[in-house]
Amino acid sequence: MSVLVYAEHDNNQLKADTLKTVAAAQAIGGDIHLLVAGHNCQAVAEAASQVNGVAKVLVADNEAYQHQLAENISLLVTELAADYDHIIATALTTGKNFMPRVAALLDVTQVSDIIAVESSDTFVRPIYAGNAIATVQSLDSKKVITVRPTGFDAVATDGNAEVVALDKVTNAGISSHVSDELSVSERPDLGAASVVISGGRGMQNGDNFKLLEGIADKLGAAIGASRAAVDAGFVPNDMQVGQTGKIVAPDLYIAVGISGAIQHLAGMKDSKIIVAINKDAEAPIFQVADYGLVADLFDALPELESKL
Amino acid sequence: MKVLVPIKRVIDYNVKVRVKADNSNVDLANVKMAINPFCEIAVEEAVRLKEAGTATEVIAVSIGDKSCQEQLRTALALGADRAIQIDTDQNLDSINVAKLLQKVVEEEQPQLVILGKQAIDSDNNQTGQMLAALTGMAQGTFASEVKVEGDKVNVTREVDGGLQTLALNLPAIVTTDLRLNEPRYASLPNIMKAKRKPLDVKSAADFGIDLTARTNIIKVTPPAERQAGIIVESIDELVEKLKNEAKVIS
Repeated sequence: MSVLVYAEHDNNQLKADTLKTVAAAQAIGGDIHLLVAGHNCQAVAEAASQVNGVAKVLVADNEAYQHQLAENISLLVTELAADYDHIIATALTTGKNFMPRVAALLDVTQVSDIIAVESSDTFVRPIYAGNAIATVQSLDSKKVITVRPTGFDAVATDGNAEVVALDKVTNAGISSHVSDELSVSERPDLGAASVVISGGRGMQNGDNFKLLEGIADKLGAAIGASRAAVDAGFVPNDMQVGQTGKIVAPDLYIAVGISGAIQHLAGMKDSKIIVAINKDAEAPIFQVADYGLVADLFDALPELESKL
Repeated sequence: MKVLVPIKRVIDYNVKVRVKADNSNVDLANVKMAINPFCEIAVEEAVRLKEAGTATEVIAVSIGDKSCQEQLRTALALGADRAIQIDTDQNLDSINVAKLLQKVVEEEQPQLVILGKQAIDSDNNQTGQMLAALTGMAQGTFASEVKVEGDKVNVTREVDGGLQTLALNLPAIVTTDLRLNEPRYASLPNIMKAKRKPLDVKSAADFGIDLTARTNIIKVTPPAERQAGIIVESIDELVEKLKNEAKVIS
């Protein structure tokens, strides 16, 4: 039995969540091969070779894979799939984008967003925005799976796997990359931060998110937002924490002016410690918070910043 | 150009989901159902393309028993021109849904298929990408902007670090993210008009596709409850607790 894991990266850095996806692969069992598909991605291949538990790193370095277009990547992975029983990717934008294509090309269904492995064919995954947890058995011969990183603990990086270059190039030629407009931030990535501070509709406007910045700087935190704050146009969608945004599980999550809609809770309730600051004592967020403070955020935030 | 919009009937997003006592699935008896929110955004986008003169016809399609006609009528009231119900009682895996939709695509030959990025019941986020693979089309998933230009469509996508814009050859598949548009409310005259728009019913069995289940739900349980903690009285107390009790800040 062997498992192919797709490495999530940006051609420069291996995303830390890949280490959690490898942990999921270990729970399934068998030889683990890590695929790095990109362009000028040697640094990623190097990092991948150090991931514990990985027997072999396959590197497909070609212009056709530079932006990891779903059309091209899915053809590559489908071809490689012949040698594997399980094909696994992280449930982040790249994996979510191309993996169902792989499943369809292999004529299997996909098991999305797993948070636990019961056996080599049975997996646990949240459904209905995390309001129910399903245990699902895949009846297909090959298993195509995406992994929710918050469900697994990262493996260590003191391994030394063999690196093999692939020379086969698959280019569907039906899509091309136009531009990226990536948010530039000095702060840690939302998904990887050990502290996250998020604002909700109670922040009232985008400018007031500045009140979170000083605190985030002192705690080394990433800044997030509820869907209500995104919908209201306060902040961009890539800051959204929730079922329809990013799923996070930091050591400390501070929810400010967030009422605690089900869809938001689905994105953060696995955090180790949750703090809620809200002036409405009845807000549902207090039911999941370890520490709640009933206060006007416009008074509480400056005070909190001064006392950290 | 023709635009095809597959939609799904799901539990209304405001309803609190309950798991059945026997842990076989969630309880959908007497629960309010609605069009999946992402599918509604897909219908709106297609209708806007028609209003802009880019699309000539908008066709809504849904797979399910007779009750999904209610959601097809909603799509018609929002501005779709006609609807197709693919009738089945089965709860289908995404791959089988995609295979049925592939047949509809072959028959209708749309230039653009717009779907919701995921349904809020199964949260799979698969069908659009699978349909793209089966039809050999390019895909623009998690779209926040769709611009048709000549024989290409430019799709701006919500990705982890921000936004990414791709150019796709037509015909193509687009899946919607939340910020693509804000769906309109159907007006009463349009709801009345929708009742007279054509709605074809086809049996899933007539498509000649093996719809055997690919997954087996072993059990469905409620999520672990998180215990509520304590209410602190002041910022000082909060900082003290975080330092000395939770030990998450120093």
